[in-house]
Amino acid sequence: MRLTKDQVKHVAKLANLPLSDKEEELYSEQLSKILEYVDQLNSVDTKDVEPTFNVSGQENVMRKDETESSLPQEEVLQNASKKERGFFVTKGVFDNG
Amino acid sequence: MNKYEPVIGLEVHVELNTKSKMFCRCSADYFGKEPNTHTCSVCLGLPGALPYINEQAIDDCIKIGLALNCEISKKSLFERKNYFYPDLPKGYQISQYRWPLCINGELTLDNGQVIRINRAHQEEDTGKLTHKDGITLVDFNRSGVPLVEIVTEPDFNNVEQIRDYAKKLQQLFRYLGVSNADMERGDMRLEANISVKREGESGLPNYRVELKNINSFRFMVAAVEFEIKRQIAAIEKEEKLSQETRGWDEEQKSTYLQRSKEEAHDYRYFPEPDLPQLTIDNGQLTILKSQIPELPWEKSKRFEEELGIRKADAQILSVDKKLAEFFESVLEPGVSAQDVANYIINKKPDINSVLPTQIIKEIKGKKVGVIDSEEELRALAKQAIEENKKSAEDYKAGKEAALQVLIGGVMRLSKGKADARLALEILKKLL
Amino acid sequence: MADLTSLTLTQTIKALEKKEFSELELNKAYLERIKSINPKLNAYLETLESKKGIPTAIKDVISTRGIKTTAASKVLENYIPSYNATVINRLLENGISIIGKTNHDEFAMGGSGENSAFGPTKNPWDLTKVPGGSSAGSAAAIAADLCTFSLGSDTGGSIRQPASLCGVVGLKTSYGRVSRYGLIAMASSLDSIGPVTKSVEDAVLVLEWISGSDGYDSNCKSKKFTMQPPRLQAGIKGLKVGVPKEYFGEGLDPKVKKIVQVAIKKLESLGAQIVEVSLPHSEYALAAYYIIVPSEVSSNMARFDGIRYGKGRENIGAEVKRRIMLGTYALSAGYWDDYYAKAAKVRTLVKGDFEKAFEKVDVIVGPVSPTTAWNLGEKIDDPLTMYLQDIYTISANLAGIPGLSVPCGFSDGLPVGLQILGKHFDEETILKVGYAYEQATNWKKEKPKI
Repeated sequence: MRLTKDQVKHVAKLANLPLSDKEEELYSEQLSKILEYVDQLNSVDTKDVEPTFNVSGQENVMRKDETESSLPQEEVLQNASKKERGFFVTKGVFDNG
Repeated sequence: MNKYEPVIGLEVHVELNTKSKMFCRCSADYFGKEPNTHTCSVCLGLPGALPYINEQAIDDCIKIGLALNCEISKKSLFERKNYFYPDLPKGYQISQYRWPLCINGELTLDNGQVIRINRAHQEEDTGKLTHKDGITLVDFNRSGVPLVEIVTEPDFNNVEQIRDYAKKLQQLFRYLGVSNADMERGDMRLEANISVKREGESGLPNYRVELKNINSFRFMVAAVEFEIKRQIAAIEKEEKLSQETRGWDEEQKSTYLQRSKEEAHDYRYFPEPDLPQLTIDNGQLTILKSQIPELPWEKSKRFEEELGIRKADAQILSVDKKLAEFFESVLEPGVSAQDVANYIINKKPDINSVLPTQIIKEIKGKKVGVIDSEEELRALAKQAIEENKKSAEDYKAGKEAALQVLIGGVMRLSKGKADARLALEILKKLL
Repeated sequence: MADLTSLTLTQTIKALEKKEFSELELNKAYLERIKSINPKLNAYLETLESKKGIPTAIKDVISTRGIKTTAASKVLENYIPSYNATVINRLLENGISIIGKTNHDEFAMGGSGENSAFGPTKNPWDLTKVPGGSSAGSAAAIAADLCTFSLGSDTGGSIRQPASLCGVVGLKTSYGRVSRYGLIAMASSLDSIGPVTKSVEDAVLVLEWISGSDGYDSNCKSKKFTMQPPRLQAGIKGLKVGVPKEYFGEGLDPKVKKIVQVAIKKLESLGAQIVEVSLPHSEYALAAYYIIVPSEVSSNMARFDGIRYGKGRENIGAEVKRRIMLGTYALSAGYWDDYYAKAAKVRTLVKGDFEKAFEKVDVIVGPVSPTTAWNLGEKIDDPLTMYLQDIYTISANLAGIPGLSVPCGFSDGLPVGLQILGKHFDEETILKVGYAYEQATNWKKEKPKI
């Protein structure tokens, strides 16, 4: 399973990861190797096997509809690099995502 | 235009009115509050925070599904919908995909058409963005508020059906008490998927245009109508139509491209590992079923069929559950239900203070004195118009004052016993 | 008062009760030792002027209110949480104080302790060698007596393996035993918090403090763990100990193999019955792990966009980036069935292997790591080689079962650990086995000369 540089570029975009040319090259190689290794999963017979997504042994874990106090605004904003009048600030984005 | 048939599906998002948010204990009453004052580690997406399901929200979602005749899934899972956007603090929304809570329901419109409901599932809302001067301000008060998403099959063909559907859903949410469903406040949001096919053609078109982020019902209707025209024009010019997301430009009065298929999101859904699965059993369903009141359309039908009142009036009286209940509390044997309906609809009494007995007294009293039955007033009005043909013409030509002559005519004919307000309305209708 | 720092947690508590020294003296002793030794080890990222309480070191991937929590990453270099992880609150309630945050592989991803953005941690037994990872600093701090106990996290061996390489006790708790609320998530369906300690009875104590549901972690609905000393000291006569043939094949260093086999013989001499078992899907467990983990990682790392906290994504380190890329790819359109869903089915088979084996035996034992500590910088260029080091530990995380690593010898002066795996929520039995083995041997009397 060979990952091309274009595929790596596409994945990096999906993952919102800025990669340099060198990194694209490196990851194309390393990821291909790892994917080759995991390809051995195809040789496991999993017909009629249910997937396991959770090993807690729990189900229907819910809470009553009750409120607790929220964080004070200053604490909410305390780690933000940019803020203004109680809002977080980020560079302009245009209509939705 | 008759050669083409619009194929439209709708997605409605309704914000539930639970006290706390979907996955955390912050108050969900965020509207109009100071920014970032209704947030915690969970709805802010702080490192290490974990979701915890609000039981009331699940109950509400199931009730919506039951009211829409859905099948409630025995096993349901939350999944992560992954994408990047500043209003999405975790970089994913906890939603549902492969294992939704409710599937395969239906809603019947006034015209008898059945709209198939593909699914109703649970998810969480995002924060709010405000754009100004090249920067974007982010407020997470709304982040994590419970949403139910209801998706129909592409069963709509025109805007009237969409209007009826949206109205019915809004009534439903209010009846169930799960949301105020106020479009202006954003409690209820609409998205449409539109394509156009040649009439008689089987199957669905190979493209779909999504209309998103349209914040008022009026604009949505305009956008749908515009899109239908635009797509038909494109087909006639033999232009290829592709999968797109479009918004509405109110100034240009047109839709515009937001995102094409190539840029479409790859959400990479997978089951939410922080939340164990939901297993719904019949006992729980029975309890929830019993909590569903008579639905607005069921009530309207009953008023019409069992109480014999006019369809239009039955619908008006069943819009609001409280009003309907008040109406029924006034009913008395020996008094015509239609008369009670007329009274309530026309006089609009304050149902929180006026006693049913007072209304009955007035109706009975009026029967002796005031003429307010539609048939009688109609007859009087027609007569008044006959006798005052010129005034009738004048009014039709735009002279508002001419109406007074006609009203005077009605009052004279009825020897002052006519209900002036009702008569006025009837005159206006006839002219 | 250098002796203070060589006491175990249990011994420290007893001594404090007997007023042999004060909490202030205790903290002072540790702080002095940290000051003189930490520069050589880089086990601590941050130390605090703790004056009272019993000092503990917390892996810097666990949120501590008001105390910088960096996840050993430039992204969170200046991040100060506004809340405590549940485990922290529980410790504070029990008179524990935080003396520092320990170093680890960035965002808990790695098996050597070399992936930290703030420099590698060194192995106290040999400063040219890795301490193991990802809970590198926690294990090194315990081995070097720089705190009474430490908390680490284990997603694929990150407590057990460094414990093994540093010659200390490490407990991977059952999934759902300890609340993860406040643990900066790596792979949510496999992460666990657990103690790294100087002795097995210390691990019991810490587990009692931190375990139990809290109303914030939906996957943690367990009762608090308790284990009275008589149960811990009950011995292992008649206990059935399983030895998986798949864990003793190719890839295991022959010297390590010998030492582990001797340890197993010791268990037999203590009355245990040794039974050969098979975990047939072991060879596929690693592949399943390296699909599931990066997939969950890619999603858990998405919240680091620099808007509410932290720096931009260009500050994410190489190993973390690699896993994000791998996971994003595995989850991307069209690949769900081939990768994540397939791996989840193999996970069912791996879990099933353990369930079948535990019908015949009470615990399963074997090596923790295929080798002892290797040289710093040796394996860093090839991620796949690094991943293969996890081969004995990752299955427990896939299955959600608990695992204990106890020191069981030395190979060329470097520690070797014995791994003891148990049924889901059966920490009691593995701790009992660990205790019995520990009491019958003298490995913990050895200390590194720093």
